Amino acid sequence: MIKARITVTLKQGVLDPQGKAIEGSLSALGFSDVESVRQGKVFDIELKGKNKSEAEKSLNSMCAKLLSNTVIEDYSIAII
Amino acid sequence: MITTVIQFPGSNRDNDMITALTKISGHRPQLVWHSETEVPKTDLIVIPGGFSYGDYLRSGAIAARSPVMEAIKTHANKGVPVLGVCNGFQILTEAGLLPGAMMRNAGLRFVCREVKLLVANANTIFSRNYQPNQIIRCPVAHHDGNFFADGKTLEKIEGNGQVIFRYAENTNPNGSINDIAGITNAEGNILGMMPHPENLIEDFQGGCDGKGVFESVLGANRLTAA
Repeated sequence: MIKARITVTLKQGVLDPQGKAIEGSLSALGFSDVESVRQGKVFDIELKGKNKSEAEKSLNSMCAKLLSNTVIEDYSIAII
Repeated sequence: MITTVIQFPGSNRDNDMITALTKISGHRPQLVWHSETEVPKTDLIVIPGGFSYGDYLRSGAIAARSPVMEAIKTHANKGVPVLGVCNGFQILTEAGLLPGAMMRNAGLRFVCREVKLLVANANTIFSRNYQPNQIIRCPVAHHDGNFFADGKTLEKIEGNGQVIFRYAENTNPNGSINDIAGITNAEGNILGMMPHPENLIEDFQGGCDGKGVFESVLGANRLTAA
């Protein structure tokens, strides 16, 4: 079995109002060292088989077809 | 005049749409469940509002990948008008039938109120019964109505006259870029809009400003059929 973690975040340049709100809340809690916050989503996926390159191919396809909206989001894949 | 309403698990404005279409076209629409792979012969397909699949993943994302969407694409490619309202608009962008994407409202809150809309293009099958630059009233109710498109896409849809409705008189409720409230595809037969014209078609609702969308598209069909 292969385990993977996919991270989806908003593209640079796309306004992230949720990230901004979290940023404001962290500042309000006294974390004065916070420069900026961008929020996103994480998917932990378990795949059948052992072939990593096949798995990456499949994961890329999942991201393009469903897990991210490539108009506004970027994704990264890590096999763990 | 055959109209069709698509239903997904979590659609909740379908009954409002059925009522509006029945009243304006004179016939009850046929209802098609999202798992169907075919849509019977129709003159108009409507994707109503709601929270398909509980807005899981992204609003409209899972509905956009359901079996009925291929059938909708087939009809749309033949020129059949498709109208997506609210969640319907979100589904159409997620399905790639309309450009851009819908994001969380800039104010982060669900907004449920009346807005003013400018009819930015009255020369389409969905807006021909309005006057150019007419200001109409329309209710909105959504959490993810903040339309976004990259600069190049935006230039294209603005240049082609694909923006049909804009929020007017400082009533933009969601931070949508260029105050965009409704756009069509390049061919002009698919309209997505966040406001709910089906909720302003009778006097008891406080006005009839929404009726023009349905009268435009149903009238256009009648002309084509004759």
